[in-house]
Amino acid sequence: MKRTIASLAALAALAFAPAAASAQTLDAVKQRGSLICGSNTGLAGFGMPDQNGNWTGLDVDFCRALAAAIFNDPTKVKFVPLSAKDRFTALQSKEIDVLSRNGTVTLSRDTTLGLNWGPPNYFDGQGFMVRKKLNIASAKELNGASICVQQGTTTELNLADYFRANNMKYEGVVFATSEETNKAYDSGRCDAFTTDASGLYSERLKFVNPDEHVVLPEIISKEPLAAAVRHGDDQWFDIVKWTHFAMLTAEELGVTQKNVDEQMKSTNPEIKRLLGTEGKFGEGLGLTNDWAARIVKHVGNYGESFERNVGEGSRLKIKRGLNALWTKGGLQYAWPIR
Amino acid sequence: MTDAARREETAKVSLLYDPRVRGIAFQALLLAFVVFLVYEAVTNALTNLNQQKIATGFGFWDTVSGFDINQALIDYSATSTYGRAFWVGLLNTLLVASIGIVLATFLGFAIGVARLSSNWIVAKLSMIYVEVIRNVPLLLQLLFWYNAVLKPLPEPRNSIVMPAASLGAPHALATALCAALGLAGWFAYKRAKGAEDSTATMAMATLGSIAMALAAAGWLFYGGLLRFAGESGVFLNNRGLILPRPSALAGFGLVVGALALGLVGAFLFRSWARKRQEATGKQAPVGLASLALIVGLPALVFFAAGSPIEWAYPQRSRFNLQGGLQVYPEFVALLIGLVTYTAGFIAEIVRAGILAVSKGQTEAAHALGLRPGPTLKLVVIPQAMRVIIPPLTSQYLNLTKNSSLAVFIGYPDLVQIFTGTVLNQTGQAVEVVALTMLVYLTISLTTAAFMNWYNARKALVER
Repeated sequence: MKRTIASLAALAALAFAPAAASAQTLDAVKQRGSLICGSNTGLAGFGMPDQNGNWTGLDVDFCRALAAAIFNDPTKVKFVPLSAKDRFTALQSKEIDVLSRNGTVTLSRDTTLGLNWGPPNYFDGQGFMVRKKLNIASAKELNGASICVQQGTTTELNLADYFRANNMKYEGVVFATSEETNKAYDSGRCDAFTTDASGLYSERLKFVNPDEHVVLPEIISKEPLAAAVRHGDDQWFDIVKWTHFAMLTAEELGVTQKNVDEQMKSTNPEIKRLLGTEGKFGEGLGLTNDWAARIVKHVGNYGESFERNVGEGSRLKIKRGLNALWTKGGLQYAWPIR
Repeated sequence: MTDAARREETAKVSLLYDPRVRGIAFQALLLAFVVFLVYEAVTNALTNLNQQKIATGFGFWDTVSGFDINQALIDYSATSTYGRAFWVGLLNTLLVASIGIVLATFLGFAIGVARLSSNWIVAKLSMIYVEVIRNVPLLLQLLFWYNAVLKPLPEPRNSIVMPAASLGAPHALATALCAALGLAGWFAYKRAKGAEDSTATMAMATLGSIAMALAAAGWLFYGGLLRFAGESGVFLNNRGLILPRPSALAGFGLVVGALALGLVGAFLFRSWARKRQEATGKQAPVGLASLALIVGLPALVFFAAGSPIEWAYPQRSRFNLQGGLQVYPEFVALLIGLVTYTAGFIAEIVRAGILAVSKGQTEAAHALGLRPGPTLKLVVIPQAMRVIIPPLTSQYLNLTKNSSLAVFIGYPDLVQIFTGTVLNQTGQAVEVVALTMLVYLTISLTTAAFMNWYNARKALVER
């Protein structure tokens, strides 16, 4: 409710503010001294404050990487938790600088919301979770089931599509936030719970008895999750885009948080261009030339961030799968830095 | 008046200093300024939105929505339009608001009267109710009720099945016990009407009503205790209350006709009885006659036409019960939450209204020989209503607006569907939020207009 009011206020500001030229987000961020990052309200592995109140997760790391590239300090980020239905309004109304909150890129979101989407930092797909005791092996057996789903998501639409395409019926129970959706399913209101597969693994950790639930094998949609910025500020869009590519390139070249200082002395021309010891690629973005070195030093490369937050080393234990580097059979492919 | 005098009078006040002209001029200026401000805001918003490449306008209204809604009073599917989704949401809001207003009024009046009771326990219990309910945020109460409704109910496969034919002797016994309790309540209520003191009357009446309500609830709960796998009847589980779905057969029109006839008949009988009482002082049993006309006549026609209703019984399927009429737990939780919350406020308004009628009125009525029942009905309540109606209106408006908290417990009201899903799928915040605000404004103004009309009817006519 508070968030809605804030968004309304921002909308009112939109109505009365003089028409401004495309704002220079980078300058605004530098002047403010911190980055404001739209984050999840609490999705383990992607964006959630830990016991000490520090935000952690794959999407959070992306914002920290941005802050590292700009300020050489990954702590200069303010995280604004946003529910799915409020997130775009918050970005449109300039409440946040970047939205890094497992949002799915779709054509209409790219064209009608006034947003630009970066490269996907996680390739996902929508799945279902049910109780083990129901003895269900496939989503095709869900005819007539009650399904809990979060509002304002592509999930809501995919769910309707899937059941229509398979000529099945369902009763959708829709909640405003992931917490309420999660609680309703856990209390037995629904037979199944649906969201992006990564979200299912993450939400399962919150259940009273996580072992009693099983994720069904069907993946019913394509969900490329990416960061978004406002339309019309190309420089800022470039920075967001290349921050992800820098993290990927570092993984490709074996540059890690540990060895980045050593690698500064590397003679490999690709590493030299990445770390800024050769060429002026950072300046092209409006940053310093060691921008990527800062990212790797403070946050690590993409693989490190993945393992730490959602991979085998984390509580979620998600395999790299589609998110492996293109050289290892995945879809993560960085454009060349040159 | 001579020409010269007239000239003198017009010359006396120049147009600039004429208060009437000045008043109109200032108002015109203010209006022009407001119109300019609105125009400026709209064009500025449009420019800004266009510059940011955000879609504008109501073009989305006729596009396919692509999402489903579980509770829809009109036909709706994922292939319907956003416009249709808007109407579904609006009807759901109106449904919960209208039922909520009626129930909150009854509960509020009962508690307000009970708080004035001379019975210590009844008065204190009502006080505790009012203080607790009014001092806990509504959102917390809604979440509490949602969990209170959901948690104790079984899964669909262990559904509680209520009055099925084969419950047998234990159930008959329980029914008899509940009926006895209900009868006792009814007699308490009737006796109370003959009592001396009017607060005692109210207390007894309240106790009687509570006993009757307990009897009904006990009967339902007893049925609930017997979990058995009957294949027909009413099912209760954590997906809601699933009732047999009635559909009208040929001949049902006659029943509707009889009901209309009964209503008209009851109205005519009432005005005839009133005229006769004014003329001769003789009273007629208006309540009984109305009951016979409104309930009895249609019932008679219904059975004479051979019960022209077909019941579709809910059938068990793998997950849920299919084919019945489903009352969702979200709806029930929202309704209970709104009703109990608003009733707390209405109770205080009613108490204030009754206390506002001076004791002298009651004493004067008694001195005239009126019994406590008629005193309350003819002297106290009509005067109390004048104090009660205006604040009651704002409680009705509050209940309607508070229903927008539905979004937190998953009830598909206007805010959840329209400013939630539709806003998010279309991204057109300005249009959607503006339209929603307009809808709530319209609902509120309509309710207020009706209540003002009712207030004017009840108000003291000053000559």
